[in-house]
Amino acid sequence: MLDIRGLAASIADKPILNGIDLVVPDGEVHAVMGPNGAGKSTLGYVLSGREDYLVTAGTATFGGADLLAMEPEQRAAAGVFLAFQAPVELPGVNNANFLRTALNAIRRAHGEPELDAVQFLKLARAESKRLSMPEDMLKRNVNVGFSGGEKKRNEVLQMAILRPKLAILDETDSGLDIDALKIVADGVNALRGPAFSALVITHHQRLLDYLVPNRVHVLLNGRIVRSGGPDLARDLEKSGYAELIAEAA
Amino acid sequence: MNTGAEGFLERYEGLAGRLPGDSAMRAAAADAFRLAGLPGGTQKRRIEAWKYTSLRPVAEAVFRRDSYPRHEAETILAGLSLLDSPRAVFVDGVFRADVSGGLAGGFARFADQPDFGTLSWPDREPMVALNTMLAADGAAFHVHAGHDGGVVQLVSIMAGESDAHPRHSVRLDAGASLTLVEISAGQGAYLLNTVAELHLAPGARLTHIRLQDEAATAFHVSTTYADIGAGAIYDSFTLTLGGRLSRTEVHAHLTGAGATAHLNAAQLLGGSQHADFTSVVGHTAPGCSSRQTVKTVLAGRSRGVFQGKIAVARDAQKTDGYQMNQALLLSPDAEIDSKPELEIFADDVKCSHGATVGALDAEQLFYLRSRGIPDAEARAILVRAFLAEALDAVANETIRGRLETAVAHWWMRQAA
Repeated sequence: MLDIRGLAASIADKPILNGIDLVVPDGEVHAVMGPNGAGKSTLGYVLSGREDYLVTAGTATFGGADLLAMEPEQRAAAGVFLAFQAPVELPGVNNANFLRTALNAIRRAHGEPELDAVQFLKLARAESKRLSMPEDMLKRNVNVGFSGGEKKRNEVLQMAILRPKLAILDETDSGLDIDALKIVADGVNALRGPAFSALVITHHQRLLDYLVPNRVHVLLNGRIVRSGGPDLARDLEKSGYAELIAEAA
Repeated sequence: MNTGAEGFLERYEGLAGRLPGDSAMRAAAADAFRLAGLPGGTQKRRIEAWKYTSLRPVAEAVFRRDSYPRHEAETILAGLSLLDSPRAVFVDGVFRADVSGGLAGGFARFADQPDFGTLSWPDREPMVALNTMLAADGAAFHVHAGHDGGVVQLVSIMAGESDAHPRHSVRLDAGASLTLVEISAGQGAYLLNTVAELHLAPGARLTHIRLQDEAATAFHVSTTYADIGAGAIYDSFTLTLGGRLSRTEVHAHLTGAGATAHLNAAQLLGGSQHADFTSVVGHTAPGCSSRQTVKTVLAGRSRGVFQGKIAVARDAQKTDGYQMNQALLLSPDAEIDSKPELEIFADDVKCSHGATVGALDAEQLFYLRSRGIPDAEARAILVRAFLAEALDAVANETIRGRLETAVAHWWMRQAA
């Protein structure tokens, strides 16, 4: 599904990623952990096409296609979804209209018929109910006046409606209480299957209790320094990153 | 010296005595116009109120009254998707009963109106002087005390290379209400120079919506004077989309205690368009409030102007004045000039104003695109969101829908 080789990227001439090798096969959930400043969020942004990051070396293919050559909207149409760490507020943009526009843009790109307002609302209401979201969140402006937890749930709602092949969750667990955390994990687990993969960026092992990964990778100074099974996350929770940082130094 | 005034003055002299109404008033206006010329018509005479907008291109244009290539007014009218409400239609500045309809007893043509010119200042405003000198037709709406005049459309179609100077008036008696939707459109390189005088008696309510969708080659100048009595509400919204060079000027005078004025506007400009929204809110009575949100979107090499003055007289205590002006620059070559002005002589007032200028937010744009929305569509969504706050001020959903459609068409023209 996702195949990253030697990926290096910088922002404003400052190197952040320094040669990432990472393969996420079809149907697998991989966790990326690491201390602040390791480059975790940058990895998510580079894969989803944010323009202020410059890729300086390496490749990233998605289902065999060159991901880095695509515009952000083409990546979304191909099935990449980034759940933002800090979801952006869009004053004056209605949440339901935003979601329908996005879904229909992706359906158009696939040559599928667009959903009308009635069909869409039925789908959106069912999904928001499943995520225990108040229905009025669809009527409000995108993320405006949402609490931290509501913003994160709104990201998961978008994911549930857009049905990506690869979800990149950038610290979607941060700032969530345990109930919200379970809802988010359930939302991702509901999509799990042979045609869905996820890259879960997190600081904490807690989310991984509910969203059990196939593999865990540790990112440090823009490189993956260790990979392992779900146990690696639990070990890190006990030992912290200090040992790895010392090793890398 | 050529000030651009000569052609108009010659016409006035040719018409002497044949124009309706008070000939002394017209002669005085002609003197004022002769003295001032067109704003910006010469380098020598500078007028502070016209600092950012020059009518030099109007001075250089030739307007013909007789045989010129005419466009079909009916075709232009059919393309306007008017509301299903009464309409007064003026073609080249002249009332056309055959394409108007549904007008009740409160409608008349301006020549019959005794209060023509009682609110306007031809001695201070050259374009008002020009209008006063040449005005030959116009609409007069009168709603009697306590009545609701409903929704009425006032449509201007310019169908050739001519100039027109319509003179409109609205008189709402105590407690009367009216929604006036003014739409102007056309084809060709013409000048429309409108003056409207609005009289709101105590407790009256006038909702005044303007859709300026003139031809891309047209000149449009519109000056409105509103006298707002005690407890009356003047709620106005102007959407400027068309014209090569346009100016919308509003003088709202809150003359009775507790009166309210809303002077909201949105301007969408592209190419080399120039549009100016100038307003003066005069708080002369106590306890009045004024609200103003003006938003301008500028693409291409367009230029926008906002001048907003709030003047609070000594006796206008407990005044509540608010003004916000925001511009969204979609191109590095576009320019906005913003001049807010507060002049306060009372000591117990609440007045605030703000102005912002910015480009589209890169993070918002990326967020939309990361959800699969193509770049052009994402930009359109953000521009509409920027305008939403201004358009939301239009409470009538049918009218707001009509304005939103006009905005969507503007956006399609820009994208094409």
